[in-house]
Amino acid sequence: MSSRPLLQVRGVTRRYGPRVGCREVSFELWPGEVLGVVGESGSGKTTLLKCLSAQLVPDAGAIVYDTRDDGPRDIFALSEPRRRLLARTDWGIVHQHPVEGLRMGVSAGANVGERLMAVGARHYGRIRGQALDWLGRVEIPRDRIDDLPRTFSGGMLQRLQIARNLVSRPRLVFMDEPTGSLDVSVQARLLDLLRGLVAELGLSVIVVTHDLAVARLLAHRLMVMRGGAVVEHGLTDQVLDDPQHPYTQLLVASILHP
Amino acid sequence: MDGYNFAYLDEQTKRMIRRALLKAVAIPGYQVPFASREMPLPYGWGTGGIQVTASIIGADDVLKVIDQGADDTTNAVSIRRFFARTAGVRTTERTAEATIVQTRHRIPEAPLRDDQIIVYQVPMPEPLRWLEARETETRKMHALAEYGVMHVKLYEDVARHGRIATAYDYPVMVSGRYLMRPSPIPKFDNPKMDRSPMLQLFGAGREKRIYAVPPYTTVRSLDFEDHPFDIQRWDQRCALCDAGDSFLDEVIVDDRGGRIFVCSDSD
Amino acid sequence: MYVAVKGGEAAIANSEMLLAETRRGDPALPEIGTAQIASQLSLAVDRVMTEGSLYDRELAALAIKQAQGDLLEAVFLLRAFRTTLPRFGASEPIDTARMVVRRRISATFKDVPGGQILGPSYDYTHRLLDFSLLATGGAPADAPRAPVDPGPMPHVLALLDREGLIEPERDSDAGAPVPDVTRDPTTFPTDRATRLQALARGDEGFLLALGYSVQRGYGRNHPFAGEIRLGEVEIEFTPEELGFPVTIGAATVTECEMVNQFKGSAKEPPQFTRGYGLAFGHSERKTMSMALVDRALRARELGEDVEAPAQDEEFVLYHADNVEASGFVQHLKLPHYVDFQSELVMIRGMRAAAAAGAPTAEPPLRVAVGED
Repeated sequence: MSSRPLLQVRGVTRRYGPRVGCREVSFELWPGEVLGVVGESGSGKTTLLKCLSAQLVPDAGAIVYDTRDDGPRDIFALSEPRRRLLARTDWGIVHQHPVEGLRMGVSAGANVGERLMAVGARHYGRIRGQALDWLGRVEIPRDRIDDLPRTFSGGMLQRLQIARNLVSRPRLVFMDEPTGSLDVSVQARLLDLLRGLVAELGLSVIVVTHDLAVARLLAHRLMVMRGGAVVEHGLTDQVLDDPQHPYTQLLVASILHP
Repeated sequence: MDGYNFAYLDEQTKRMIRRALLKAVAIPGYQVPFASREMPLPYGWGTGGIQVTASIIGADDVLKVIDQGADDTTNAVSIRRFFARTAGVRTTERTAEATIVQTRHRIPEAPLRDDQIIVYQVPMPEPLRWLEARETETRKMHALAEYGVMHVKLYEDVARHGRIATAYDYPVMVSGRYLMRPSPIPKFDNPKMDRSPMLQLFGAGREKRIYAVPPYTTVRSLDFEDHPFDIQRWDQRCALCDAGDSFLDEVIVDDRGGRIFVCSDSD
Repeated sequence: MYVAVKGGEAAIANSEMLLAETRRGDPALPEIGTAQIASQLSLAVDRVMTEGSLYDRELAALAIKQAQGDLLEAVFLLRAFRTTLPRFGASEPIDTARMVVRRRISATFKDVPGGQILGPSYDYTHRLLDFSLLATGGAPADAPRAPVDPGPMPHVLALLDREGLIEPERDSDAGAPVPDVTRDPTTFPTDRATRLQALARGDEGFLLALGYSVQRGYGRNHPFAGEIRLGEVEIEFTPEELGFPVTIGAATVTECEMVNQFKGSAKEPPQFTRGYGLAFGHSERKTMSMALVDRALRARELGEDVEAPAQDEEFVLYHADNVEASGFVQHLKLPHYVDFQSELVMIRGMRAAAAAGAPTAEPPLRVAVGED
């Protein structure tokens, strides 16, 4: 394991007018670590994720990412071109609704190949080869490579979105309710797949979810948010099996244990 | 012509356009916004090219106007007549004699020299428009050279058709920096733009953009390493002049599907 | 030898002569005069002046005559003339509160200071063909006119403004030079002054359809016709050498002020918002549509979601100009046989490859990069 964190977050605050989105959030994410952010809707977890992934500019605080070339850098001190490049090469973003993260008008193969082409891949055969490989890894039949995403089921769309993100070998992946748009029956398969890929690729992941079962299965550590602030933070098993904060206790009590 | 300035536009407007042209030459392939004027010819019929020509033409210039490669198509005749009327300049149908060639949809077969300027009429200047409708976003994509999405389009072509299915207005990279539409010339003409001695000016009147390719600038047609750019070829030769290396127009000669092929370049 | 569809100079000259003949129509009938057009087809003249951005009844009438009554062609003629005119400067803002009013209505109040004045209007006519107009002859009877009230006629919205019920009309940058969409390329995002200019020149039919779409729910903003007034305003200009404004003439204009859905937030109490329309001559349909679209285009400024076509400034401003639109649609008549030939070569090649059992099994679907 590397000697320094991949991401250092210090005092991140974001307001919407008088309303607080998230407040004074600080934590560190180490390489290969999966951090779950849980809380009910309105708790500020999606606002936090958007700040971390540079989709929203925080009002205060610092987000320092350990870049491949220059070491730790505040992402909002980077120039916009560098930040955009970072976001589409070294990071991945898996949206809750796959249509937000996919190009619905072009084939599955082009969706997976886009990031490769964006960083200069110009050999059709090799791009297609990698796309085929990644479709296989996310369990999409290879003969669907030339089909448009609109012919895919919900579960397949989400897996396609994952392949589209992972093809560039990102080090950090943000996931916003990755199973949120899926039927319960396909959620388990996707979680299984995600867990395998994360371990295999040694990804660092920040996954936002309101579903504690998802958190338990994927996350090493958990942050519990309420009203924009972090109320509890610890190892997943610890937080879920021995919650300290009354809100966490309520949250855990509200679901049935397996 | 009475009541109008030399070459129709007033001198202040010409200066404004020349400033835009200088900027365009300084940043090859970059689309410079300019205050396109209302012209007495309709938008979409060459108002951009006409304004560029009007701004650079002098009394000693010799003008050639082609449309689809030919000097005698109606729109070429109309534009040539416009300049003969408003500027009184000499016009020609010989490529070698012209100092300025205004064109729609072709580059002449005879190579142009470094003392000649070609002015392209451009209907849609933005190469990313079909992928992104918003000007605010496409300008940002150019600024950051985010052109990967263009190859997504080419990828789709190869995946569907086994080849890149763009036959004209084929996108190019200029000087390794800006993605550019060469205007709707056939891709057959694309290689003529690369490191050419001629100065190439592009005017889009309705969209209010000017861009340029200075002499000897690299112009590379987008492709894949394993699906390289390729131009159209004909099995036939020109039925009139027997040329075997030119762009051919197909002319239907009877109602039984009989056809002949003739050079699109009438020179 | 086969002569391709390439027209020479002679063909164009002949075509223009045929056009002149068609324009004149039956030579046994008296030729129509521009004075007749200016006076009797006055609403057509108003539209051509508005969309042509040039206030000159005689030239607009000439353009209509030359264009055989094709109003878009007439707008084009007037614009092409306008572009050659030198620009001396911008007038002082016209003061519509001081308008000599001929018609003035408000849909928001039953009565207003200065009164409601119906004036000339088609609104309450029954649309029955009046066969008496088939015959020419007698002048219509004099319409009765009430004595002109010399009292002030403040804007209806100014009354709401006094109570703070409507957003104040603010001049965001009073000292800034007036933008000119005919002299500067439009860059996005635009300011409201630029948008209003573009809308004033915009095609009435396009704006009507967009305004209508707003009412039907595509970007709904709950409009009320606060006030529509028609009349004459003075045009004042400040020559540099004088340093004070002098009146250089008068113009007939129609003005529409819409009152729209209120907005409010934690910091600001709820207020009505505004949409504005102004046009040369008597152009109510145009100014009302313009006001609806102006308000819709302020969505971003007012913190509303931009979802409907009428709220999308790039969509609206890029497509509102009928001279641009008409030129580009009709340029499809120009020869495209080089492009088409390129496509022919391409599609024959792909079909040959398909017949030979090459990869293309499905019928070719073209994803166009270039189209013009």
